[in-house]
Amino acid sequence: MIVAASAGGVLVWIVWVAAGFACLASGLAVVSFSNPFYSALALIGNLGSLAVLYLLLSAEFVAAAQVLVYAGAVMVMFLFVIAYVGPRQETPWAGGPSWQTVGAILAAASIFVEIIVAIGLKAGGRLSHSEHVNAPFGTPGWIGRLFLTDHLLAFEITSIVLLIAAVGGVILGSHARRGGEEVTN
Amino acid sequence: MLGPGVAWYLGIAAFLFGTGATGVLIRRNPLIVLLSLEIMLNGGNLALIAFARHAGNGAGQIFALAVMAVAASEVCVGLGLVVAIHRRRLTLDVDALSELRG
Repeated sequence: MIVAASAGGVLVWIVWVAAGFACLASGLAVVSFSNPFYSALALIGNLGSLAVLYLLLSAEFVAAAQVLVYAGAVMVMFLFVIAYVGPRQETPWAGGPSWQTVGAILAAASIFVEIIVAIGLKAGGRLSHSEHVNAPFGTPGWIGRLFLTDHLLAFEITSIVLLIAAVGGVILGSHARRGGEEVTN
Repeated sequence: MLGPGVAWYLGIAAFLFGTGATGVLIRRNPLIVLLSLEIMLNGGNLALIAFARHAGNGAGQIFALAVMAVAASEVCVGLGLVVAIHRRRLTLDVDALSELRG
């Protein structure tokens, strides 16, 4: 039993290292590719490896929703708009690093270090031991019951936010069409 | 909990947030700025789900799903803006688009 548990732990470590490395590498690739099409493809890899990490954290429904909503719907929309606008090459690293690039990287690195230090100082001891969770944790039925009992207000507000975003998208599209005709006339 | 502890996941989340912040600050194409924003939101989502697993509580997963819906809304409006800018024959560069006049 102990041997089986330690073998399972080693397997989880291997999956975690692979998914975490893929996650970090594809995140850096999104930021550094000059072609937005390749950036969007790298973001799909980032979302897929994040879904694997969610599965390791026993969040099955969120992992499935991540793949369906993000890697399915949102990224198809992104790729469609990139194909519509046309891939405009941009060379962020050409001509040596500018002061803006250096400052941005320093700011992001200081955010990273600050988060790590805050975690280490405030919660270092308490993070080592996690609560034990039982089998229905993270399953669709459990999430649905939470959504319709404890978090009903959040559920309804989310639906209103999505509705307003859809209305905003339609209004932006129709205004753009009229403006385009004015420009061509 | 088998495998790595919650702190390891929080490290990945912090790195993703920093990477996305770098992209938002240094890239000029609004499409890549939107993609970097997605990376930042996903870093926050990973931290929420790691804390939900740590506390054995479902509120973090519910919050992560709400963040996902907000991200979808943001992409809807942001891509609508990009298409509107493109149709007005303006250049897609966030440094050139510094004025709100059409």
